[in-house]
Amino acid sequence: MIGFLARTVDNRLRASKFLRSAINHVFPDHWSFMLGEIALYSFAILVATGVFLALFFDGSSAKVIYHGSYGPLRGVEMDKALESVIHISFDVPAGLLIRQIHHWAANIFIGAILVHQARIFFTAAFRKPRELNWVVGMTLLVLAMVNGYLGYSICGDLLSGAGMRIGYSILLSVPVIGPWITFLFMGGTVPVDATIPRMFALHVFLVPALITVLIAVHLGIIWRQMHTNYPGPHRTNKTIVGSRLWPSYTLKSLGLFLLIFAVIAALGGLVQIDPVWVYGPYNPVAILPGAQPDWYLGWVEGAMRLFPGVHIASSGKLWVPEVFFPAVLFPAGLFLLLYLYPFLDELFTFDAREHHVLRLPSEQPFNTAFGCGLLALLVVLEFAGGDDVVALAGDLSVVEIRAILRVLVFVLPVITWAISYALCRRARRRRQERQKAAELEALGDAGSTSEVMEPQA
Amino acid sequence: MKEPDQGDRVSETGGVDRPATFAPSRKQVGKTATVPGSLLALGVLLWEWATKVVRSQSHPPRPDSANPIAGCAECAEKAKRGAKPSEVLEVEPVSHEQIGTFLVVCAFLVALAGGIGFLITYWTGGSNLLLGATVALFFGGLGMALILWSHLLTLNRQVEEPREQMQPPPHEREAAVEDFQAGANQVHRRGLLKWMIAGASGTFAAMFLTMFRSLGQSPDSTIYSTVWKRGQRLMTSEGKPVSVNMLVPGSTVIVFPEDSIGSEKAQTVLLRVDEALLQLPSDRTGWAPNGNLAFSRVCTHAGCAVGMYETTTHQLMCPCHQSTFDVLRGAVPSGGPADRALPQLPLYADADGVLRAGGGFSDIPGPGYWGMP
Repeated sequence: MIGFLARTVDNRLRASKFLRSAINHVFPDHWSFMLGEIALYSFAILVATGVFLALFFDGSSAKVIYHGSYGPLRGVEMDKALESVIHISFDVPAGLLIRQIHHWAANIFIGAILVHQARIFFTAAFRKPRELNWVVGMTLLVLAMVNGYLGYSICGDLLSGAGMRIGYSILLSVPVIGPWITFLFMGGTVPVDATIPRMFALHVFLVPALITVLIAVHLGIIWRQMHTNYPGPHRTNKTIVGSRLWPSYTLKSLGLFLLIFAVIAALGGLVQIDPVWVYGPYNPVAILPGAQPDWYLGWVEGAMRLFPGVHIASSGKLWVPEVFFPAVLFPAGLFLLLYLYPFLDELFTFDAREHHVLRLPSEQPFNTAFGCGLLALLVVLEFAGGDDVVALAGDLSVVEIRAILRVLVFVLPVITWAISYALCRRARRRRQERQKAAELEALGDAGSTSEVMEPQA
Repeated sequence: MKEPDQGDRVSETGGVDRPATFAPSRKQVGKTATVPGSLLALGVLLWEWATKVVRSQSHPPRPDSANPIAGCAECAEKAKRGAKPSEVLEVEPVSHEQIGTFLVVCAFLVALAGGIGFLITYWTGGSNLLLGATVALFFGGLGMALILWSHLLTLNRQVEEPREQMQPPPHEREAAVEDFQAGANQVHRRGLLKWMIAGASGTFAAMFLTMFRSLGQSPDSTIYSTVWKRGQRLMTSEGKPVSVNMLVPGSTVIVFPEDSIGSEKAQTVLLRVDEALLQLPSDRTGWAPNGNLAFSRVCTHAGCAVGMYETTTHQLMCPCHQSTFDVLRGAVPSGGPADRALPQLPLYADADGVLRAGGGFSDIPGPGYWGMP
């Protein structure tokens, strides 16, 4: 049966040649090459669960009185969006499971992208000819973060409403075009009825479509350029070492997909996430102390909390408000730097050759130290993003925590940079010494032989 | 890890010379061990050791059937058809046939149990907790089955293949450029048509951008208004007017203009402080009858509701980013990321002692933007 189908298709597409090269495609075996796959498979889960949710979700800000089966909110006025989310959570069979799987998958999607990207960075896999795919990957990260934000913002609960207000203020702060793009994306001064439908459309059509296309491009480029190899015997710029796509890699990769689904399903079933019914409906007057965005935006939130109050105003008019610097300029600058990093690396190492063998972290002290320093910065900012929670836990005042973090945000990255730089240098020096010793030993052997040989010559 | 000598390699194209070498031992030739793989191998070795102890005998690997490379007619056939010039660096033999099959079957059974559990849970209206656990069991079992299958029952060959360089040789590129130029010349020669294409593209861009107008209002229609008007009474969210003596010093209440209760933008915090402490700017004298002060409750930083009040220090605080505002001096920023004061609402008490707005806010409330007056 399968043979018949295959022959039917092949007779019409002459596909056997491509198929043969595909099943013989070589994939290196290393666990760190699976990180990107985790992201890919999480996205597949996101799409599948997202379609299910879209059948029930009502992206509307029309006000309704809740009459569903969740007692504590009965009789409370809320957006239709929130009503439908609560309906999914309490009245649709397996609805809560699918919704929580969706949210967990989003977190794992972005987390996997970040770890995958860190692997690329710390092994310098972004070097020529893979700068292209680094740029595509960075864009995927941005889109994933944006879609995560859109996703939890359209639920119409108190937390998402607070996030939406902050997002509104950030967009509004962009010089010159700020008010215009804000009205374009949000439909007016938030809260306004147009916002949720607009964000919903972006969340389910535009951004996922872009992500899908870019993933296809990403995989296409990987297929064309083939994977890198970690340094080792037989691994050179002119060869690739690994196992073939069929059958061992296929089985492993499919197995990984299923395991990821299992982990996310377990999280979705057992670990509560985004309980909107606890937060209640959005109410512009209400506040939610200790509120944080999802973790992948926590560093922006942290920057907003730490950055000193600075604005640009003249002749009685405000031009650039405070939030622009930490929430637009800083992330944009950081991402620009990361986008350009492969090209800067090429520039500063005077090395524009193709590289297919990875550079170990200890072989590139500057890059490694830069990456570690950046991670330290992000960690400090992430803490700052939850400084009220940190303050409660540490029994300190928010003002004290802020003062400490304002120092740490400069000091810790520099210290981390210096330590990792020194460690890399030391590791490199030791390896070189070992190599030299081995060479000397070999030379010594050769020397003694030649001494013996010489008289005979 | 040691460099392999030539004898250890098998050339796929040239057929197999020494199949016997590969049967019993795992050769670590140029292979980077994977973490799950080694854990798995460890597990399998433990299992084998345990079964050995129990049965007091080991099961020897079957000589031929366990090693598909042996007598590789298929390889020779491949070579005839011009297979890729590649080298097999390492072959992990299938030496765990029985245990492997057993483990894979077990994993499949776990998956089946999970799947059936899910069906039962679903149809009996079970909790999401159980649904999640059974789905996890199903996919976890299935995933483990495939991975065990791959590690224990398939031939894991490490191969080395030549890799194509991505930078094309000059002649390839030149040929492509030449062909493109030949076509482009035909386009270039027809200048008028080129202008037509440019015109059509420009028109399409205009049409596309025009569609954005359908998205609604421009910013200036709502963004500049301050909502409060002179003479409006201050109302609580329950719709009750506020009299000049309703609050005791140190307390606060949220108020709205009488015609837009609940409005996000007009939300105002009314506080009462000891009049003697006030240090308002001189142009705001008379804005705080009997120590009643009113400020916009929308943070000038990022638009959150400035919902906290520290009575002893007379500071309003925004819970989102911890900006603080000094109430006594007119809610000027006193800490945190905010850098512009909360707009103040001038108040007066009418003949009945009811608080009314003496005009709009001193500034436009809410987060800042380009050109905000």
